[in-house]
Amino acid sequence: MSYKGRVHRFADDVNTDEIIPARYLNTTDKAELAGHCMEDADKDFAKRVRPGDIIVAGRNFGCGSSREHAPIAIKAAGVSCVIAGSFARIFSRNSINIGLPIVESPAASKDIKKGDVVSVDTVKGVIRNITRKKSYKFERYPPFMQKIIRAGGLMQQLKRRV
Amino acid sequence: MGHTITEKILLKHTKLKYIHPGEFIKAKIDLALGNDITAPFAIEEFESLGIKNVFDKNKIVLVPDHFAPAKDMKSANQCKVLAKFAKKHGIKNYFEVGRMGIEHVLLPEMGLVVPGDLVIGADSHTCTYGALGAFSTGIGSTDLAAAYATGECWFKVPESVKFIISGRLNRWVGGKDLILHIIGDIGVDGALYRAMEFAGTVIENLPMDDRFTMCNMAIEAGGKNGIIAADEITKRYVKEALRFGKRSGISQKRSGKYYSSDPDAKYAEVREYDARKIEPVVACPNLPSNVKPVTALKNISIDQVVIGSCTNGRMSDLRLAAKILRGKKISSTIRLIVIPGTQNVYKQAVREGLARIFVESGGFFSTPTCGPCLGGHVGILAEGERAISTTNRNFVGRMGHVKSEVYLSNPAVAAASAIKGRIAHPGEVL
Repeated sequence: MSYKGRVHRFADDVNTDEIIPARYLNTTDKAELAGHCMEDADKDFAKRVRPGDIIVAGRNFGCGSSREHAPIAIKAAGVSCVIAGSFARIFSRNSINIGLPIVESPAASKDIKKGDVVSVDTVKGVIRNITRKKSYKFERYPPFMQKIIRAGGLMQQLKRRV
Repeated sequence: MGHTITEKILLKHTKLKYIHPGEFIKAKIDLALGNDITAPFAIEEFESLGIKNVFDKNKIVLVPDHFAPAKDMKSANQCKVLAKFAKKHGIKNYFEVGRMGIEHVLLPEMGLVVPGDLVIGADSHTCTYGALGAFSTGIGSTDLAAAYATGECWFKVPESVKFIISGRLNRWVGGKDLILHIIGDIGVDGALYRAMEFAGTVIENLPMDDRFTMCNMAIEAGGKNGIIAADEITKRYVKEALRFGKRSGISQKRSGKYYSSDPDAKYAEVREYDARKIEPVVACPNLPSNVKPVTALKNISIDQVVIGSCTNGRMSDLRLAAKILRGKKISSTIRLIVIPGTQNVYKQAVREGLARIFVESGGFFSTPTCGPCLGGHVGILAEGERAISTTNRNFVGRMGHVKSEVYLSNPAVAAASAIKGRIAHPGEVL
């Protein structure tokens, strides 16, 4: 799969309380969650984000609570892919389970700036910064995870089994 | 090559003969926990599969604790989803307000988790049960839905890091200070994807409540699980818990399997600490790793004190806070909010006269709930307000307004701070 979009920048240790504050966790409505996406890290993110946009963050993105509302809000807001220096564990598995593409690349995370246009090819394992004409290789998912991703998420994989 | 406790428990729940860190496995689970925030998504997803029955109704636990007693209509609906699902599938381990507790205090207390178990919970602090020598970790709602259907979960076998704590605990230092000290040392991603195994003479002598506090915060260092080898202290706790669970109508046939790491088990890292050098500490905003000694923070004024949560809402935590507050009044500028971890802790606190101490001192004392910890209800902070809290996270806006602040401490420091109206060392008031 490949994704191309404009970049929104975030720092290290962005936690799930910033991605979707607990005050909005009394719903399972995805559009409503999307409307508050990243609210406590960047108040106007939900208004500015356009379909296909890419989030680039520092280390330990998605740390904190297990709320799947976090990757759901990001996906429902139209973000096509998240690039970070590293991902917190539960956020990472939740993203894979719901089919939100996440890519780990410390080098790309360091270089890419707000507003850059970036493309990500998850098959070839390459991130291209089109604005700055620079590219980065990243390690592709292990086969176990690729199967889940190819199926479109864990529930889709399960639906084929049952 | 030998195995660590974490590897042994994971291995036991697969059909494999050997596992190694980094390997992807599917393992059978002993218990799947969900709450009023995470279970509604899981239930929606499970129902979309069109499967009639859950894998095992006795291995599912549903606890409405985060926004319960329901703080608003939407939350009430979410709690109702849990109650309805429990009724439909004959799930007995659904805990309504009045029997309810904060999940990670409640499950061990009821004997629902025993040593050697593999537990998943759609809540990041599920890592708490590692204190019982169980493997337990936080997962998401989709994982939970899949587990409802299959009784299995996928894992990447984690590398283990051993934290050896020796020496002797200083006065007013407990499990909370030990774990904050460790997180301060290694950072909020210092144990990312890894198992945090706590050992050493201090841990061997540490009471269960403090062990729960330590394993509870493994996630704050990015850990997959915290774990402590089950021993005689664990055995005594589990025996009592199984008895209590039985009296509460829970039929639990397992008594647990006791594992310890092999002498030749492989660790990614071994870190050693001398407890004699650790004093009461506070994690300052906005990360649990921003740790400073209490004595360095005495000029920080506060507006609210919270004592409770899955980290520090157990009997010994309330007893410690009451010891500080007995016969004293809190500062007139402070809101003191004390929340027992479970209905049983609540009842015991009333019987022992602790409830009276909290209320007489000028505090608020309520039925169990996660409430203020995550900025849910019962004590939300306004813009610019500052709290000291025995909870586990001090992220931006965690307890309310994005411009409010949370400091994390043990219950004695929190209680002393309530009296002084600023961050205070327990030695200042007792």
